[in-house]
Amino acid sequence: MPKLIKLTGPRAAAWANDRFTVVADDQALPAGGVILSLARFQAEGDALLSEGREVGVVLQSDEAVEALAYDLPRLAVVALAFPKFRDGRAFTSARLLRERLGYGGEIRAVGDVLQEQAQFMVRCGFDAFEPADGSTPEAWVRAAFRFRHVYQRSADGRRPAFEERAHGV
Amino acid sequence: MYQYDAIDREFLTDRANEFRHQVARRLSGELTEDQFKPLRLMNGLYLQLHAYMLRVAIPYGTLNPRQLRRLAWIARTYDKGYGHFTTRTNLQFHWIKLKDAPDILDALAEVDLHAIQTSGNCIRNTTADPRAGATAEEIDDPRVWAEAIRQWSTLHPEFSFLPRKFKIAITAAAKDRTAAKLHDIGLMLRRSRDGALGFEVIVGGGMGRTPHVGPTIKEHLPVGRLLSYLEAVLRVYNRHGRRDNIYKARIKILVAALGAEEFGRQVEEEWAKIDAAQVDLPDVELARIRGFFAPPAFDVLPRVSAAFEEAKSKDADFARFARNNVQPHKQAGYAIVDVSLKRPGDTPGDATAEQMEVVADLAERYGFGDIRITHEQNLVLPHIRLDDLPVVHAALQAAGLATANINLVSDIIACPGLDYCALANARAIPIAQSIAERFAEPDRAEAVGELKIKISGCINACGHHHVGHIGILGVDKKGEEFYQLTLGGSGAEDAEVGKMLGPALPAGRVAEAVDQLVEVYLRERQEGERFLDTFRRAGVAPFKEAVYAEAD
Repeated sequence: MPKLIKLTGPRAAAWANDRFTVVADDQALPAGGVILSLARFQAEGDALLSEGREVGVVLQSDEAVEALAYDLPRLAVVALAFPKFRDGRAFTSARLLRERLGYGGEIRAVGDVLQEQAQFMVRCGFDAFEPADGSTPEAWVRAAFRFRHVYQRSADGRRPAFEERAHGV
Repeated sequence: MYQYDAIDREFLTDRANEFRHQVARRLSGELTEDQFKPLRLMNGLYLQLHAYMLRVAIPYGTLNPRQLRRLAWIARTYDKGYGHFTTRTNLQFHWIKLKDAPDILDALAEVDLHAIQTSGNCIRNTTADPRAGATAEEIDDPRVWAEAIRQWSTLHPEFSFLPRKFKIAITAAAKDRTAAKLHDIGLMLRRSRDGALGFEVIVGGGMGRTPHVGPTIKEHLPVGRLLSYLEAVLRVYNRHGRRDNIYKARIKILVAALGAEEFGRQVEEEWAKIDAAQVDLPDVELARIRGFFAPPAFDVLPRVSAAFEEAKSKDADFARFARNNVQPHKQAGYAIVDVSLKRPGDTPGDATAEQMEVVADLAERYGFGDIRITHEQNLVLPHIRLDDLPVVHAALQAAGLATANINLVSDIIACPGLDYCALANARAIPIAQSIAERFAEPDRAEAVGELKIKISGCINACGHHHVGHIGILGVDKKGEEFYQLTLGGSGAEDAEVGKMLGPALPAGRVAEAVDQLVEVYLRERQEGERFLDTFRRAGVAPFKEAVYAEAD
């Protein structure tokens, strides 16, 4: 099992206890928080939530985040899958969750998750990571915040270069 | 020219440090080559047949003398004394050692250069009209918008892992020198009937295995809305572009599959949802960028230069140079000078360290320190006084840079081909050389006039063969190099994909076949027609007959 890193503040991250179990579609439900596929969530989510359980959904990279739009306030985690690190669809999904759908809960990167994507993931609104390359929280933070400046607005709220300039650096 | 400020500089320093850290991890064995590959590619470092190749970005093909001198120094210090200018207006060093790469990036960063996004499935270097700021043909300066795109696209968090690479070109002149319609996005600045400045947005052009002339999806995008609209296009592509097959992953495939109208509708729908004020540059930043592209302090000069006229009448070489390599400037008494990197016998696009230094010196002394790279792999000195042309020509001539062949038969685009590239099926450079040598007689080349020959060593089409008036594609037939000819292509405003002429020819037949095609043109042409015009009027039959007659 990959270990979980969470952002804990500006430019800080730490190992985190994972309260959730990722449950396959044909697997019996364990106790506690669960992360389900979109299909299983749509079938069983209401019942589980009414039990008072914490529920998350894992979206594959070809699944549209808009499918979750009305459920987001009830979701504790949205996990976005990177089947290969080259598959960049989840970056768009994360930004839409944060910027368009107003999701404030945990967005977790799962799958082929490498340090080299850290800065892009953090900028797009991910705040939890299951690195596949053995990265430590220290390495993750270093990679994520290596650049002192950014050139465009994104979901992380950082001030882009043109705004730094307008306010005098 | 745009000047980097502390923010731009710190950004490059951070990037160079990041790469130094990654190379150290690779050299120590902490990273395997497999893990390192995506990292080095993000920094423009390719492993080629013989060595590492480093591709340096030259944003919208603009350099200052200090930068060009630094490239010359790198060529001399870390390479074999030369570099290769590419069709993306970048510069490649083909003989780099991995251990030197971090030092090279540091040396580049010191002069505001880098290798960011010169490879990988991201937004690549944006190209612009090489005559920007100098030609009277343009309605705005495309460099302003190219610089806006440079900043917006640099390490864009959402668009650094696209289905495939992504290339943007911008022109503001009716005559297109950027091949805008063959790009993932081509932007053509236009004025609407009420005078408002806007972009015609062309999406889904491209070459490679499935060449497409891109359709227009928006006739008039108000200029200030450029970045939010690009964000919408890229988002639709990032979500819906194919990722199951590398050969079907470019945006052209998505646009063709959906149809331009439906693709455009999806972009509009996405664009309407984007909070444009968060994305589009504020006017104050656009004004700041525009300020850097103010015209240099031109002298007030007469339209006619006695020194220029006299040199033309006395020196036949200079007169030929003036006919082919000197273009009108918007400012009276100035000219745009094309510096050919296509001397017959040399590798197209290559420049030695000494040649780079000569061009840097000339730009500094006579040309307001401005140097451009063209996608046809030549250099441009955009602001030279007519009075100074004779001395500039003499200096170029002494450096082997005064070949008077711009747009002529020997001004060939060729990819590095099998001599350097691991993907190639056939050599491209020797074919270019054999054609250039066959037409080395300058009177004949001039009599033939504009003729664009483009050569690719494989179907990936880095040599743009699809849009050559004569295109030449290297193919492998049972271990032997053959060449497929296409005719009638164009990358300009009259863009078209060339049509196949007939069966592929062996290497030894190519230059002769080009000669035969040229003879047909000279026989068939009507008043004022270029090769391309004659082909379009007369059709393929007479050309085909000339090349394949003997075989029948």
